[in-house]
Amino acid sequence: MTRALIVHRASPGTSVQDAGRPGHLADGLSRGGAADRLALAEGAALLRQDTACAALEMPGMGGEFEVTKDMRIALTGAPMRASIDGARIVWNASHALPAGARLSIGAAESGSYGYLHLGGGLATPSILGARSAHLAAGIGAPLAPGSRLPVAPDPRPGDTGQLLDVPSRFEGGTIRVVPGPQTGFFSPAERERFTSMGFRRDTRGNRMGVRLLCDGEGFHSEAGLSVLSEVITPGDIQITGDGSPFVLLSECQTTGGYPRIGSVLPCDLPRVAQARPGDTLRYTFVTLDEAVEAERRAASHIRTLRNHLRPLVRDPGTMHDLLAYQLISGVTAGDDLERGM
Amino acid sequence: MSAAPQWPRIATLGVDGFLISFGDRLSEPANRAALAFRAALDQAGWAGVEETSTSLTSAYLRFDLMSQTHAALRDRLEKLLSTRDWTTASLPEGRRLWRIPTVYGTDQAPQLDEAASAAGLTRDEAIASISATRVRVQTIGFAPGQPYLGELPECWDIPRQTKLSDNVPAGALVVAIRQLVLFSVTTPTGWRHIGQTAFRLFRPEADAPFLLRPGDEVLFTSTTPDKLENMRNNDPDGGATSEVLP
Repeated sequence: MTRALIVHRASPGTSVQDAGRPGHLADGLSRGGAADRLALAEGAALLRQDTACAALEMPGMGGEFEVTKDMRIALTGAPMRASIDGARIVWNASHALPAGARLSIGAAESGSYGYLHLGGGLATPSILGARSAHLAAGIGAPLAPGSRLPVAPDPRPGDTGQLLDVPSRFEGGTIRVVPGPQTGFFSPAERERFTSMGFRRDTRGNRMGVRLLCDGEGFHSEAGLSVLSEVITPGDIQITGDGSPFVLLSECQTTGGYPRIGSVLPCDLPRVAQARPGDTLRYTFVTLDEAVEAERRAASHIRTLRNHLRPLVRDPGTMHDLLAYQLISGVTAGDDLERGM
Repeated sequence: MSAAPQWPRIATLGVDGFLISFGDRLSEPANRAALAFRAALDQAGWAGVEETSTSLTSAYLRFDLMSQTHAALRDRLEKLLSTRDWTTASLPEGRRLWRIPTVYGTDQAPQLDEAASAAGLTRDEAIASISATRVRVQTIGFAPGQPYLGELPECWDIPRQTKLSDNVPAGALVVAIRQLVLFSVTTPTGWRHIGQTAFRLFRPEADAPFLLRPGDEVLFTSTTPDKLENMRNNDPDGGATSEVLP
């Protein structure tokens, strides 16, 4: 039997994602790829494999999965309750998933996008140079129940039980923004107001972008609604006709005509993508030099993620009587799994 | 905006990009300059440049922050800009003329009347005006293979809507600010939906996934809903034809 991941059930919008397909901007196709690219890198580090490996992106909640051969998995991104054959397993960690065992992943406890990585990576067909579904462009599609996804050979079988400490980026927070060519369309007073208030993430949001809601009046530019369509990049904050800011994410359009007040730093974009409806986001302008420095630090962090791995002290995947164990020990608060032990 | 802007103008876009703009109003020279300057960037092949593209009047480049600096790249951009007058560049080679059958109005394109009225035309005048104008692909953008086309007569200088229309279908012909866009995917839009075609602009499974190229010209010839339905069912090109322009 070939190595495959069987998807018994998956949340709507679950899709195969990798780092996306750069190089087609001039043809109107945005890069796409994982909404939270840091989560992709974290999964690759946990399995000590290439960051180009494709994983499953699960919006809001996970699903029920099985593998046809013994495999390694890692779970990253928005923390979700996960178990193997009923035994809780730790998030931001790597685990052994035996053939035929049932992997259950529940609703996100915070954040929006969780990721399931497999040793070797998903080996679905590459289209225009990547395996990522680009839902807005009609490349690939959300997974249907019963899907079987091929998994590439794993060069490091048995290498599991690693944990990565991940500072939370799943509850909104302050987002750094650089000015762009259209920032000047907004008066200093409007820009000041933009950075002085908190925004709630709207329920409307997907891989293309998220809409932000503010309690006050919408934002207005001097350019109005007749701006020439201009190049857009992920992170750009466009102000749509009703004055609401809309932050563009990985699957955004490549050009657009709504004026943009600035652009979120790529390293802060996972925090925007992961915010849940109702979470509060704030914006602060930084200089280009500060932004470059932040990006270089973030890239260095990603390059050295593997240095931060540490062994899982107890692998709850092997603790079938977890509840009883905690009662007997009597020394944990009962939430050590949520804390990542 | 204070003083009159100088063109061309170099600005940063995001943390890792430059936008080289040749105007803030659409014009033939600015569009030619953007296309030609992007071609020159690709030709130059500078280390650290990861991707280039164009919009209507700008060229864009994205670069690797780990191996390039803004200062060094800006310097190179200024030098390349100064090598010639980009606004007099020729159009790309191998341009084609496309004829794409289009249903104007009806329940397939419900905003024709509204757009005609905004342009100060009757419905029939609007159809006659759009279907007789040979528009050129000025850039491909927004969605895969999706053309911005222009330039329409001055009466079509109508703004976008303040609210987005939900999910206009692929193949929709929409209008605003003297331009047409032909949608390659289903999308919400601020533009008004005046025509419907059965032309597939993006074919991810094909060897040549993107059909139109900047510089191509298009006539949106008027057809009936019945004929379009027939073409949609029997012709992958939705009745569209093309010929190479001399």
